[in-house]
Amino acid sequence: MHDLQAAFQLAFRLIFTGDADLMEIIGLSMGVSLTAVLLACVIGMILGAAAGVLRFPGRPAVIIFLNALMGLPPVVVGLGVYLLLSRAGPLGVFGLLYTPTAMIVAQTILVTPIVAALTRQVVEDLYEEYDEQLRSLGVSGVGLVRTLLWDARFSLITVALAGFGRAVAEVGAVMIVGGNIDHLTRVMTTAIALETSKGNLALALALGIILVGISLIVNGAVSILGGRTGRPRHA
Amino acid sequence: MSSRLAKFWLLFMAISAAACSPPAVAAERDYIILQSTTSTQNSGLLRYLIPKFRKKTGIDVRVVAVGTGQALKNGRNGDGDVLLVHARSAEERFVAAGFGVGRRDVMYNDFVVVGPRTDPARIGDLSDVASAFAKISARLAPFVSRGDESGTHIRERALWEAAGIDPERASGAWYREAGSGMGATLNAAVGMGAYTLTDRGTWVGFRNKADLKILVEGDPRLFNPYGIILVNPARHPHVNAAGGSAFIAWLTGPEGRAAIGSYRLNGERLFHPLVHR
Amino acid sequence: MRDSILPLRADALRYSVDGRALIDGVSLTIEPGAFAVVLGPNGAGKSLLLRLLHGMLSPTSGKVTWANGVNGDLRRRQAMVFQRPVLLRRSVEANIAYALGALGVPRRQRADMIDLALTRAGLEDSRRVQARLLSVGEQQRLTVARALACEPDIMFLDEPTASLDPASVQRIETLLSDANARGMAVVLVTHDVGQARRLGRDIVFLHGGRLAEQSSADAFFDTPRSRVARAYLAGEIIV
Repeated sequence: MHDLQAAFQLAFRLIFTGDADLMEIIGLSMGVSLTAVLLACVIGMILGAAAGVLRFPGRPAVIIFLNALMGLPPVVVGLGVYLLLSRAGPLGVFGLLYTPTAMIVAQTILVTPIVAALTRQVVEDLYEEYDEQLRSLGVSGVGLVRTLLWDARFSLITVALAGFGRAVAEVGAVMIVGGNIDHLTRVMTTAIALETSKGNLALALALGIILVGISLIVNGAVSILGGRTGRPRHA
Repeated sequence: MSSRLAKFWLLFMAISAAACSPPAVAAERDYIILQSTTSTQNSGLLRYLIPKFRKKTGIDVRVVAVGTGQALKNGRNGDGDVLLVHARSAEERFVAAGFGVGRRDVMYNDFVVVGPRTDPARIGDLSDVASAFAKISARLAPFVSRGDESGTHIRERALWEAAGIDPERASGAWYREAGSGMGATLNAAVGMGAYTLTDRGTWVGFRNKADLKILVEGDPRLFNPYGIILVNPARHPHVNAAGGSAFIAWLTGPEGRAAIGSYRLNGERLFHPLVHR
Repeated sequence: MRDSILPLRADALRYSVDGRALIDGVSLTIEPGAFAVVLGPNGAGKSLLLRLLHGMLSPTSGKVTWANGVNGDLRRRQAMVFQRPVLLRRSVEANIAYALGALGVPRRQRADMIDLALTRAGLEDSRRVQARLLSVGEQQRLTVARALACEPDIMFLDEPTASLDPASVQRIETLLSDANARGMAVVLVTHDVGQARRLGRDIVFLHGGRLAEQSSADAFFDTPRSRVARAYLAGEIIV
């Protein structure tokens, strides 16, 4: 495929010449998505851990709902946030539409259910294992949630990476609430959409290759920094 | 664990502070939001014009490129300061309803009908676009429509009407409504080997023409004028009326007209300035 | 020497689920320094009894009382060890530190208590090792050490050495008898009759949720009074 080969060559050239526009777009993509994932983790992990540990009426329905929200279409989230932030909408007075802040808001809303639903499962599984021993030690409430979250940290890193993958790869939400404005709200995915619409398929592919490369780097870095090693001793 | 909690609170407060910072008051803003069409963006015209305007006035222009239909809707909601679109009757309705003020003519270009080199419907030698559409329909040749209430789409529908044809009946068969911007629609046409209506500006700048070419052009009904409107500040007080008016004045004044007329893409002149009467 | 929370008294304990009594009218007393082994066929309710005594479950009727009506926060004074070691994903010493923290031991006192617990269990060389990387035998030794760290008045153990290698079994039994010699009461559920003979001073024999027999270990093993106990000791299957 000639386009693919041209795309790879273009991708390398853009990276090695440190193309200014490209760096700007990458920077914004990372800034928006990393911030959104951070917020989503704070909200989602606490929510998910609580849902994993607490027993309350209607719990199965809440879990089903939470899991279903993992499938929220990005474009629908974008539409919803647009209606909220539009000047004609309830939060219009803040003038947040067409800003990176709006994009962070949209992606946070998109990623939080994923983090919460996966955290709930991870924490619940761990809770089953630890329940009796922790109760014997008198651990409950906030202390229980903190212990479970910290002990689940390796699984939770993967959960965060899943959220990041979702955020950095979506285009529907950031397009609508950001407007793909040059030098302001243009990120990797919206740039790819734009170049595709201009028929610049090789460039669009090149940007796509770079985006996948960045995702690889992020996952690799996290794995090196946070991964656990070691196999059990035998006695 | 407490230091992690501290970091969380710091971040939370920082973001709250940023979100709650006082909204930029209209008069203080040194930018305007321009809701425009994909044709003005994809052709590169806006990228050419905006730095000139910024140099002259210090005002930045933030472009949201959507279809005419969406641009008008955003204007109604007040999510923009100025609209630059190309659907005269829709523009006039917009102003009549009180959503916009000070509509002026800006420039024109033209639409062209593009299609596969093989031209199965044999329209390549026609100068009457309505006849061309009639032949396409008769031949059941694939035709891709914008389908998105854009200026191009509105004109396309008018042309079908002029030809006495209702293509919606064949929607999904030979008449394919892409619901997309011009670029995506062209990609679809290339992929299907289909005919489509496009503005010349987008076409000239489009890099994936494959084996599509211009088959019909020059018909007066393909004349494509653009209008510029200020979002009504009486209705939406936050609108940057000063900046917006400055942009309109510049674009329709001698400097703007000269800039529009001097823009070339691949050696071709795409847009012709109009003097507003 | 602070006051012990023992003697522990169980009065006519009954625990029913869906109308079925899984524990049916069990009464017993555990004195300070006692070493009681709970024996019985599977499904007799041994684990359930342990959890009722420890306070993890509430009886359907009957009550559990501690010395002189001692109430409130008894967590530091009793500990429980389960059949499978439950350890957190942290180092050996951090696991003990966590338990001490959860039980409300002030930070200043923890270091010494951890050192002592590790030394007694023979785990000082592994103190920084990730607890989950230890062998099963070492892990269970750690949970016992963790339980002992707070110097409780009484420890409950639910088949702690089932499926451990003999060396680990021996070390854990030594830990328990040493702690018992220092004055800690032990209530141990086991299937290992040999272990019961080695460690127990009192035997509590359960069958079908009821207390079938309770006597000193010598009396029980020499002349078991109940038919069920005799059958059990003879190695028969009891339905």
